Amino acid sequence: MTDDTACIRATALTFSYGKGPNVLDIPEMTIRSGERVFLHGPSGSGKTTLLGLVAGVLKPTPGSLEVLGKDVGALSSPARDRLRASHIGYVFQMFNLIPYLNVRDNIALPVRINADRRRRLDGPVDEAVTEAAAHLGIEHLLTEKVTRLSVGQQQRVAAARAILGSPELIIADEPTSALDADRRHAFLELLFKNVEQSGSTLLFVSHDMGLADQFDRPLSLPELNRASA
Amino acid sequence: MLILNLARQSLTNRILTTSLTALSIAFSVALLVGVENVRTGMRESFSNTVSGTDLIVGSRGGTIQLLLYSVFGMGSPVANISYETWKEWDEHSAVSWTIPYALGDSHRGFRVIGTNESFYERYKYRGGQSLALAEGREAGGVFDVVLGAEVAARLGYALGENIAVTHGMGGFMDHDQMPFEVVGILDRTFTPVDRAIYVTLEGISAIHMGWETGAPPMMGEEVAPEEVLAMEEIPVTQITSFFLGAESRAFTLQLQRDISTNEEEPLTAVIPGVALAEMWRGIGYAEDGLRVISGFVVLVGILGMLVSIYTSLDARRREMAILRALGAGPRRIVSLLVLEAGLLSAIGAFLGVLFVYGGLTVLQPWLEGRFGLQIPIQMLDTTQMIYVGAVVVLGFVAGLVPAIKAYRTALHDGLSVRV
Repeated sequence: MTDDTACIRATALTFSYGKGPNVLDIPEMTIRSGERVFLHGPSGSGKTTLLGLVAGVLKPTPGSLEVLGKDVGALSSPARDRLRASHIGYVFQMFNLIPYLNVRDNIALPVRINADRRRRLDGPVDEAVTEAAAHLGIEHLLTEKVTRLSVGQQQRVAAARAILGSPELIIADEPTSALDADRRHAFLELLFKNVEQSGSTLLFVSHDMGLADQFDRPLSLPELNRASA
Repeated sequence: MLILNLARQSLTNRILTTSLTALSIAFSVALLVGVENVRTGMRESFSNTVSGTDLIVGSRGGTIQLLLYSVFGMGSPVANISYETWKEWDEHSAVSWTIPYALGDSHRGFRVIGTNESFYERYKYRGGQSLALAEGREAGGVFDVVLGAEVAARLGYALGENIAVTHGMGGFMDHDQMPFEVVGILDRTFTPVDRAIYVTLEGISAIHMGWETGAPPMMGEEVAPEEVLAMEEIPVTQITSFFLGAESRAFTLQLQRDISTNEEEPLTAVIPGVALAEMWRGIGYAEDGLRVISGFVVLVGILGMLVSIYTSLDARRREMAILRALGAGPRRIVSLLVLEAGLLSAIGAFLGVLFVYGGLTVLQPWLEGRFGLQIPIQMLDTTQMIYVGAVVVLGFVAGLVPAIKAYRTALHDGLSVRV
């Protein structure tokens, strides 16, 4: 029943906050390893909830969601935190960075939090950070305070942090919405290049349909989710 | 280690708030530790008002009362001691020395004490320091008078000045027929010694000649100073109390019992150290109030820290969401905030102790010179250690409140910030 190449597999995945109505009801959804998926849908279609479930911040019912071969619903909260820390890179829409750490420390944060991810690095943390920063063209900013960066630079720092240690799955939650068209394009190119190099799966969430054709496959959440109004 | 680093950088990032919070904790800790220091210093200084004296002896009465009139110059004795009884004890084989005190007269509100040369020789205060003359010499002649430092300063008297002694305390009947001459001024001791005037036992007798009824002599019955000076020996019939040094400390208790049960004359003997400590317990309760107040100050300091961390939480929800997304569990977020609070209070406590030592180093000579308060600069004692430890622990505990709030928010927010 398990597809070896499935990175994310949802089967009869439902979710509600407390005793409220279902905000998510997905009969079937599969994202294969190495795929670059463009997940789109308007606000309120359940994007944030779905990401929360995949990342293990929210707890799904056992058996309904598999991420990287693990039944997320069957894991304890700390185990889900470990899964996320070790195997998932995450990029937010904006304000991705810890304001009191400099660029280098921000990028290094996930491998400091998780020992498994640190072990997957080829060399010392500092070298890996410099390399990731170089991939995203921000190696000259490493000692900078993050509050002095432009939004575009901040997003590249966030991307460098997400790819550090080559996690199997990178989730990007509307990372380009704060960027103008030129920078959006440049950012996506960098992201794709790096995802390709590390062989990660990319789950990219946006409501900007203009970006869809740069991905392997678009996924429409309103079509998948029976609970969306 | 990571969390410690995060906490440290988070604190230094908000350096202004951090330092203000740490300072407010530092001041409360300094107050708490400082009050404890002053308290110890005061108690020590008080218990050492008299030192080197094994017993203080007066007529039969309360021990505190004896202490009050003989050491602190407050109140008056019920009865006197006869000269013969005093001499008997003075010559007792177990007694090394005695200092007689004859009380009852005053000069402009200050007590006049009749005593003898052993007062200058034997009287010791605070840690065994002897009396010393700032100017002039000891009172030896009948009309000689030596002033305590406070008296000299307040009344502005200099050597050679003539003063009259008043009968009783603050009365209006002056022994002005017999003026005394200032021959010496004592060094400051910061004890009640400074607030009295010292004459000889003979001087006290002389001014009371013709006053045997307790009232001024009738016209024509006054005794002139010249007549007194012409006397071969001036009779001394009674004293009020005497300080006693035993040949050996070991005799003290036996002597105390013997004196108190003396058949010939009813007497009371007290061990000054014991009685002073007892008295301090009685009047020292004010210090408990002081301690309670400084305890509250610490509490307010900690509350201030709690408020400052708590109010910063909303601004830090984003930070929490990022940490969560990077795989930090809620427990890490709780420990981050608890550690921040703990670090703050530890820094505050450390600074506070530094303040106390710094302040003492600067103020110690002044405190001693101005108030005679000896506050030793020494390691924190156990009580103070407990206080400082309690402040740090309290800081950690206080950090739990915002941390739990942050934990809830983090769980609720997940990876997005719902505002």
